[in-house]
Amino acid sequence: VIGALLLTAALAAAAAVPLAGRDYYATLMLPFFAYSVALLGLNLLFGTTGLLSFGHALFVAVGGYTAAYLGSALRVRSLEAMLLASAIAAVVVAVPVGWLCVRYVRIYFGMLTLAFGMLFYSFLYKFYSLTGGDEGMPVARPTLLGQSFGDLDKTAYLIGPYYYYSLALCAVAALAMWRIVRSPLGLSQRAIRENADKAEYVGVRVRRYRFYAFVIAAVFGAAGGVLLVVPTGLAAPTLAYWTHSGNLVFMLLLGGFSHFFGPVLGAFVFISCRIR
Amino acid sequence: VIQVLNLLLGGVFHAAALFLVAAGLQLVFGVQKILNLACGSFYALGAYAGISAVKAALAAGVPAPLFLVVLIATGLALGALGPPIERLLRTIYERDEAFQVLLTFALVLMLEDVIRFVWGAAPYQLGGVYLVYGQLRLGGISIPVYNFVVIAAGLAIAAGMGLLLTRTRFGGIVRAAAENRGMAQALGVDMARISSRVFTLGLVLGTVGGALVIPAGAAVNEMAIELIVEAFAVVVIGGLGSMRGAFVGALIVGVLKAVAIAVYPEAEMLAVYVIVIAVLLLRPAGLFARATA
Repeated sequence: VIGALLLTAALAAAAAVPLAGRDYYATLMLPFFAYSVALLGLNLLFGTTGLLSFGHALFVAVGGYTAAYLGSALRVRSLEAMLLASAIAAVVVAVPVGWLCVRYVRIYFGMLTLAFGMLFYSFLYKFYSLTGGDEGMPVARPTLLGQSFGDLDKTAYLIGPYYYYSLALCAVAALAMWRIVRSPLGLSQRAIRENADKAEYVGVRVRRYRFYAFVIAAVFGAAGGVLLVVPTGLAAPTLAYWTHSGNLVFMLLLGGFSHFFGPVLGAFVFISCRIR
Repeated sequence: VIQVLNLLLGGVFHAAALFLVAAGLQLVFGVQKILNLACGSFYALGAYAGISAVKAALAAGVPAPLFLVVLIATGLALGALGPPIERLLRTIYERDEAFQVLLTFALVLMLEDVIRFVWGAAPYQLGGVYLVYGQLRLGGISIPVYNFVVIAAGLAIAAGMGLLLTRTRFGGIVRAAAENRGMAQALGVDMARISSRVFTLGLVLGTVGGALVIPAGAAVNEMAIELIVEAFAVVVIGGLGSMRGAFVGALIVGVLKAVAIAVYPEAEMLAVYVIVIAVLLLRPAGLFARATA
């Protein structure tokens, strides 16, 4: 009951931030929502399943670049379409990468994910004609649920409709992840984290469940990536750089990976510290 | 032919610096079993401090050709940082790898800010001494003699490390500790002291490496994190914990980058990571799986 009260209070506080009139602080909440979504996914991989990825920024970048590409090359303006497309792109990338990575655990899993992240980074950085190279790709302002909000200037758009859209998406992501963690799938993954051999022995298909965790985490990462690039208006290759992955893991540990909302708290503290 | 030779020399020059940093990484991984990301920061620290030291020395009237001595001395002097940092890392030897990597990652971020605080964010250069030893003319191209000095220094340090690890009592203890920490301790080895020394040695390899290459370029804030991923590629290709692996891995990465830049620039980094992934998938223990240190 206390948890539910705290959660309601936190949601209400988050919803009230734009009303306080300090626009700057409201815009700072936007990356917090984006990272929260990505970290909820990463925590399924690390906190629940016990695999530490040092290349999760790869999927944040996949999401960001998918949004940018849809906007600039295909002239798609709908944020829902961007989210859907980035989820599909994340799955397309995560299936082969995850299939290869989950064959390893511990430090080798970390190194392999790091290598894939850097591979994607160098692709984004070097293939100028396709990705804009080091300049990145601009992200046009998307429509939310079909509404363009053309009469609002950028800040008003970001701290108005986009703010609540992000907050809602964040809540939906948390709800979805809550269901996943509490499902038989999540239970099996916790068993794998605690003792993979024993889990295998009692009939849990260890590699397959690790793979599922990887793909689900990738989808959450990509959704977070979309939310992240809209406020900045730019998808840059540094999204996929290994230090970005490191920061993600940092936030995760900062908030505590053993609690469901730990990563969200970590993102908040990390961003609060960064702006000082 | 000359062009190819020039290309290869460029690659080997880069490989020399990479080897020094990767050797430090391997040494620490071998004994402490910690993947020390901060090795790249030591490299950056060596570079920045080296520039400052040489500038101060030149201003004090030290003849220009002696700058090499100043650089190496700076790298060695920075070894004083080793014991305190090792003391900090000692708190996590028994913890999960994830926490070890994260603590060293935190060190990277902190040292980067220290460097930005002390030397600023603008590129920092050591002009004027790079060509003090003259240039070697070969056909249509000229190669600074200093490049050969660095390559020779890299080879000498590699040979020295080999001798140290295989021929001396200290090397024997280090190898024993890498093989079985508990057993070494049971046989009366003071592991706390060995850890401290090994870590300092690894740090000095990084700072000397950074100090040695810096006359050829400029020190920038990002050099630490850029070098870490390359050193990471080197140790993965060579095999974690293997000194020989660091040597061969550095050569592969250095030359591969140089060739890729000349042949197909887009693939400069791509090629390295493709090889890293291939090695990890096919031979996860690296090309030199039998660890020697």
